Amino acid sequence: MTQQHQFDALIVGAGGAGLMAALHASKAANVAVISKLYPTRSHTGTAQGGIAAALANMEEDHWEWHMFDTIKGGDYLVDQDAAEILARDAIDAVIELEHMGLPFDRTPDGRIEQRRFGGHTAEYGKRPVMRACKSADRTGHMILQTLYQNCIKQKVKFFDEFFVVDLIVTDGACQGVVAVEINTGEVHLFHAKATLLASGGFGRMFKVTSNAHSLTGDPVAAVWRRGLPLEDMEFFQFHPTGMYKLGILLSEAARGEGGVFINDKGERFMERYAPTMKDLASRDVCSRCIYLEVKEGRGIGGKDYVYIDIRPETINRYQSGPGGKTVTAEELEKKLPDIIEMMRVYQGVDPITAPVPIQPTAHYAMGGVPTDADGRALADERGTLVPGLFAAGECACVSVHGANRLGTNSLVDLVVFGRRGGRAMAEYVQTAELKPLPADPAGAVVQELERIRRQTGTEKAAKIRAELQEVMMDNVGVFRTGPMIATALAKVRELKERFGRVQIDDKGQRFNTDLLETFELGCLLDLAEATALSALNRTESRGAHSRDDFPKRDDVDWLKHTFVRYTGPASAAPTNGQTAITYKPVTITKFQPQERKY
Amino acid sequence: MKFKVKIKRYNPETEQKPHFETYEVEADPGDRVLDVLHYVKWQQDGTLTLRRSCAHGICGSDAMRINGQNALACKVLVKDVVKEGGLLTVEPLLGLPLVKDLIVDMEPFFEHYRSVMPFLVNNDALPADGRERLQSPEARDRFDKGTWCILCAACTTSCPSFWGNDQYIGPAAIVQAHRFVFDDRDQGAADRLEVLGQQFGVWRCRTAFNCTNACPREIPVTQLIGEVKQALATGKLE
Repeated sequence: MTQQHQFDALIVGAGGAGLMAALHASKAANVAVISKLYPTRSHTGTAQGGIAAALANMEEDHWEWHMFDTIKGGDYLVDQDAAEILARDAIDAVIELEHMGLPFDRTPDGRIEQRRFGGHTAEYGKRPVMRACKSADRTGHMILQTLYQNCIKQKVKFFDEFFVVDLIVTDGACQGVVAVEINTGEVHLFHAKATLLASGGFGRMFKVTSNAHSLTGDPVAAVWRRGLPLEDMEFFQFHPTGMYKLGILLSEAARGEGGVFINDKGERFMERYAPTMKDLASRDVCSRCIYLEVKEGRGIGGKDYVYIDIRPETINRYQSGPGGKTVTAEELEKKLPDIIEMMRVYQGVDPITAPVPIQPTAHYAMGGVPTDADGRALADERGTLVPGLFAAGECACVSVHGANRLGTNSLVDLVVFGRRGGRAMAEYVQTAELKPLPADPAGAVVQELERIRRQTGTEKAAKIRAELQEVMMDNVGVFRTGPMIATALAKVRELKERFGRVQIDDKGQRFNTDLLETFELGCLLDLAEATALSALNRTESRGAHSRDDFPKRDDVDWLKHTFVRYTGPASAAPTNGQTAITYKPVTITKFQPQERKY
Repeated sequence: MKFKVKIKRYNPETEQKPHFETYEVEADPGDRVLDVLHYVKWQQDGTLTLRRSCAHGICGSDAMRINGQNALACKVLVKDVVKEGGLLTVEPLLGLPLVKDLIVDMEPFFEHYRSVMPFLVNNDALPADGRERLQSPEARDRFDKGTWCILCAACTTSCPSFWGNDQYIGPAAIVQAHRFVFDDRDQGAADRLEVLGQQFGVWRCRTAFNCTNACPREIPVTQLIGEVKQALATGKLE
C-alpha cells in the first residue's frame, strides 16, 4: 500500500545543511524533513575541528582573506562570486549558531575562541591565521545537536528512518520524492512544490574513508539516473590524517594546535614541500606529500604510512604550536579530547607520548548536484534551472570548494548554503503551483526494489562493494593516470553488470537493511562511474585531481567545471547507457589564477 | 582469531519471540564488535539487522548489549570482550520495544528527550552590535559534560528504574536538561525543573550508577543527575 503526503517543501537529509534549511524554510512554508537516519546520527556530527569565519576575535582577519584562501585552496576552480558569499555570510551564520545556543569555546573576554587550520591565512597567504570557531574537537557534533534542538523548538516535521529511493520528475520539474519507510517497508509518495537535497557525501565508494557507512549518495544517484548533470565529480578530497587502515578522521585541528608530520627518518618533511604553511598547507597538498614520501621509501618502516606527532615535546621543539607558544599535555587534552581518545581506543597509541600512524583517507566530494548560490539545481552548464529542485551541503556543488575544499569550509557551506537554500525554497513555494502527480510515480523504483528482493543469482552485494571500493581507492585516489582511471571505469561497468545478479538473503518487508544496502550499492556504482568518467576526461592536475600523466595545472584548457550526465532513458536502477560531458566556465571576480604555493 | 558470537535474533514477520543464533567468526583482536557483526551480515547471513553509521563512536546508532553491558558496537574492540575460541554475546538494548534483531524502537527515548525542552530558551534582545552573546570560559565549562551526549540511549536503557517503569524520563533526558539548566545564557530552567521534579522525573533515579558505566562518552551521568536533584532541592543553580 502506497501512502501519500503533501507538503510545500521537502528536505532530504537531516545533517547540517538539511536542518539549517528546515529551520529557515519552515518559518514561511509547510516543510517536512525526510532522513534515512535519526537526524542526530547524521555525519555532520563527526566534523571535528571548526567552522571558519573571519570574526577576528583572536587577531586581525577579514572576510576577503577567507575568500582568497577558499579560492586558492580550491586551485582557482572556485566560482568567486559564490566564495564571496561563503566568506561574508560565514560571519553572520556563526553568530546565528551562537544565538541558537551553540556552545562555542570562549576567549577570556567571552567571545568565540578561534584556532588555526590548514590553508587559512592572513594577508593573502603570508602566515596562518586563527579563524576556525570551535567547540573542542567536536564542532560538528555541537552544530548538529544545536540545529536539531532548534528544530524541536520550532516543531519541524520529521520523517525519521525514511529512505528516499527516487525523485519524481515530470517534464523536467521535480514534484517530490519516493521513499521507503524502513521500519515497515511501505512505499510513501511525498508530493511537494519544492525538494531540497541535503544528503551529504558518497565516500563509501572508496576503501579507506572517513565517511559513515550510510554515505552512499542515494538522492545524488537519483539525479544522475534522471539525466540531470553532476558537476566536478573528479574532485574528491583525500584527507591527509586518516587513522592507518581504518580511515577514521583525525582532525586537522591536530596540526592547528601544533602537530607535525614525521617520516621514517624522523624528518618534519612538510618543511621541504611547503616552506611557509608547512604542516598547515591545504589537504590535497599534504596528502600528495605523504604519498610521495611513501613512494620514495620514507614511509614508517618502509610501509604505506607516516606519523602525525602531537607530543608536546615535539610541538615545542619545532615551535609549531599556535603563535609559536609552548603547549602542555593538559592543554592538548582539553583542545583535542575526542581525537586523542579515538587514537587510544582504535590504535592503542597514546598520542601524548607516541606518534600515531596515519594515511590519506577519502573524505569529501567537492562535486555534486550543480546549484546556483541559492541552492537552485541547474539543468545544464548554461544555468537553466530545474524547477522545484534544490540542493545544499556536500551533495551540492555551488562551487565554493573548486578542486579542493579548505578545512572547516564544509561546516561553513552547510550553514551558509543550507540557510540560503531554505530561504530560496520558502520563497519559491509562495508562487509555485502544485501540479498533479503523474500516474504511478513510484512504479519504476518499486519494480527495481522488488527485483532486488526476488533476484536469484550467485553475486553478493558485499563482494561487489568491496571490489568497487578497492578499485576506486587504488586507481582514482590521491594520484591517478589515464590507464589507471580507465581500469577503474571498466571495472565499475563490469560490477554494474554483475549487480543485476545479486541475490540477497532477507526477503522480508520490515527493516530490510539487506535490501537497502544493496540499493545503496547501486547508487555508489553510478556515482563511481560519474567520478571515473570525469577524472579520465580531465587531462591536467588541479587540486585533489592529480594526474601523474598530466602533472601541471592547465588554465588555458581546463579552467572550467565538468558537467557529466547520463543520456539514456530515465532509470530507477543503475544506469547502462551513453554519457556526455560538457563544461561551464569558472566565475572569476577578484583573484586571477596564480601558481599555488604554501 | 577465531571465536563464536551469539546474537539475539528476532524477525517480527515470522516469529512470536526472539531466539539466539550462534556464528563462527574470524576477526583481528583490534577489530570492533561492529566489524564482527558486519562479518556475519556480509559473509554468512544477510538477514542480520542492526543500525550503524559512522563506525567510530560519534553518531550513536549502534548502542547494544555486548556481554550484558550496554556499549557502542563500534567502540568496543574484540580483544577486550572475547578470547580465542571463546563466546561473545550480543543483544539489543533493554527497556525499549524490540523491532527486529538488534533494533529497538527509539521513539519512546526521543519522546522523553523532547519533554525536557532540550533547546536554549532566551527571550532577551540579541546583542545590538550583531555579535555573539558573551560567555566566560568558566560559565561555558559549567555545562560542558552534558554537551558530549550523542543520544545513543546506552545510559537510559541500562537503568533499573527505567526498566521498572518506562515512563521515567531516564538519564539521557536529565543530562540534556542539565546541559541547558546550567548554561548561563538560558532562561528556561524553571520550566525544565518543573518537568524534572514530577513523579517520573529525576527522583526516580536510585543512583545505581549503571548509566555512568554505560556511557560511551564518559559523561559522569550520575553526577549530573545529582546536580539536577540538588538544584531542585535547594532552588539554586550552582
